[in-house]
Amino acid sequence: MITANPAPEAGTEARTGSTPVRAPRRRKKRQLLPYLLLLPVVVAELLIHIVPMFIGVGMSFLGLTQFFIRNWTKAPGAGLDNYRFVLQFDEASGKALLHSFWTTIQFTVIVLALSWALAMAAAVWTQHAFRGRGLVRTIFLIPYALPVFASVITWSFMLQRDNGMVNHVLVDQLHLTDERPFWLIGDHSFWALIVVEVWRLWPFAFLALTAGMSSIPAEQYEAAAIDGAGVLRSVRFVTLPNLRSVNQVLLLVLFLWTFNEFTVPYTFFGKSAPEQADLISMHIYQNSFVTWNFGTGSAMSVLLLLFLLAVTAVYLLLTRKKDVDA
Amino acid sequence: MREPRWFVWSRRIGLSLLSLFALLPVWVMVTTSLKPLGDVQGEFRWFPSTVTLDAFVEMWRTIPLGRYFLNSLVVSLTASVASVALALLAAYAVSRYRFRGRQLFSVTVLSTQMFPGILFLLPLFVIFVNLGQQLGIDLYGSRPGLIITYLTFTLPFSVWMLVGYLDSVPRELDEAAAVDGNGPMGAFFRVVIPAAVPGIVAVLIYAFMTAWGEVLFASVLTDESTRTLAVGLQGYATQNNVYWNQIMAASLTVSAPVVVGFLLLQRYLVAGLTAGSVK
Repeated sequence: MITANPAPEAGTEARTGSTPVRAPRRRKKRQLLPYLLLLPVVVAELLIHIVPMFIGVGMSFLGLTQFFIRNWTKAPGAGLDNYRFVLQFDEASGKALLHSFWTTIQFTVIVLALSWALAMAAAVWTQHAFRGRGLVRTIFLIPYALPVFASVITWSFMLQRDNGMVNHVLVDQLHLTDERPFWLIGDHSFWALIVVEVWRLWPFAFLALTAGMSSIPAEQYEAAAIDGAGVLRSVRFVTLPNLRSVNQVLLLVLFLWTFNEFTVPYTFFGKSAPEQADLISMHIYQNSFVTWNFGTGSAMSVLLLLFLLAVTAVYLLLTRKKDVDA
Repeated sequence: MREPRWFVWSRRIGLSLLSLFALLPVWVMVTTSLKPLGDVQGEFRWFPSTVTLDAFVEMWRTIPLGRYFLNSLVVSLTASVASVALALLAAYAVSRYRFRGRQLFSVTVLSTQMFPGILFLLPLFVIFVNLGQQLGIDLYGSRPGLIITYLTFTLPFSVWMLVGYLDSVPRELDEAAAVDGNGPMGAFFRVVIPAAVPGIVAVLIYAFMTAWGEVLFASVLTDESTRTLAVGLQGYATQNNVYWNQIMAASLTVSAPVVVGFLLLQRYLVAGLTAGSVK
């Protein structure tokens, strides 16, 4: 996501790199080559990302309802009406958006914290060789390797009220409650979704942290051991400081993925999520493809994008500043 | 480092619990797929009452699973091959040349990865519908249409991961190729690509996996004839019955190839994923 090393000044490499003497025409051709190589991706990027993005922003200023979807040029202009509509927090639509936004923030923070903590613990446990480490690492990769829809469908089966595994264990085997709780609707659905999302996400954090830890020099641990540091102190004073740049990127990536999550709730709940677990992507989807109001759907998407850009920018500024201080 | 007893025990317990958590759905998926329908309609059973392969036979008849399978295969394969082919050229330029706009290009491509899919889905849907209506180009509900939208997520990370892999190919190889009289493109095809094959295959598999599991675009941009597995599996829930044993059998069948591919290539995949995301 973030290119690590800033590019050296243009041309330095061409000058210092290969053979010193070249015909001027050849040199010109060489400088054109990178652009020719980029051309296909640039064209594709324009078609799939840049143009749709501008059209999306444009759509947010149109009254693009189901009557005009087949011919958007006929859709009436709406000015800022879509934005006003979705941001009317004392009306039902604005309340629902605000609620969904708040739900998504809580969801993201909890999922992030749990996934990171599990991944960090597992990475510390598997950092040094022991019998069975390879097997355990492979097992941890499986949730990440399974297609999301297949594993999340399985979770929704496990969380069925009457014939699911979870209630069988809680109610029939452990006798924790008499009442069989619903997991896919109502208040519990938020927590059920969190469990599924953490199950799905923590292995990636584990991968990233494991990779980060593998590049920590063994001497640092040896030095810490000589100074009398135990496991916890060497995690605190050797592992964590060395992982700082890994964590900076990892947390940002996890944040963006979780905040934008659609596949998991859609597979888990179907087309409409229960109010308690109505994540923002699902909310926009619902508004656009169930009630067919593309204008307000686009306005919400643009607001979401602005929010994500703002968070990312602030985050990058804050983490960069810390680097300077250190 | 000396490991104290409490650490060894916490590791045993912690890793066992985490393995259990990771594997629980796999257990349910596998055992349920081997159950007769009666077993999945009543109380949950940890083991099938009788082991039967009925679900694996019936699942092809309850819904047109074969067609969905083919759709998923064509769409995922085309999208992943196309994005790797395009991305290879760009990644070579970014990895080997310093040119004006290099930074801008990288930042633009990578930042599109953080945007929510729904942001691109809405305009692409409207563009497709309007192209069909006004120019007669029917992308909506077609396989090519879905493939184009899949590039929105397969292309950025292909560029991202391939730059990492190509960076790891030593430049001395390029120079040796130049000494042998190859131009830059000759060096690219004869030396750099062959040296990066494991990485390229890993990116291909990863792109394929991502496309294989995609739900958002497929749920909107497909119709009955182009539906992919990710959306089609919902069809096992009919009004009268939910064929959980068949759903699990189908889930297992569509998961097995990608899981095996992932585990076989995990070394290369992990290197690329982490090199790109976590530098």
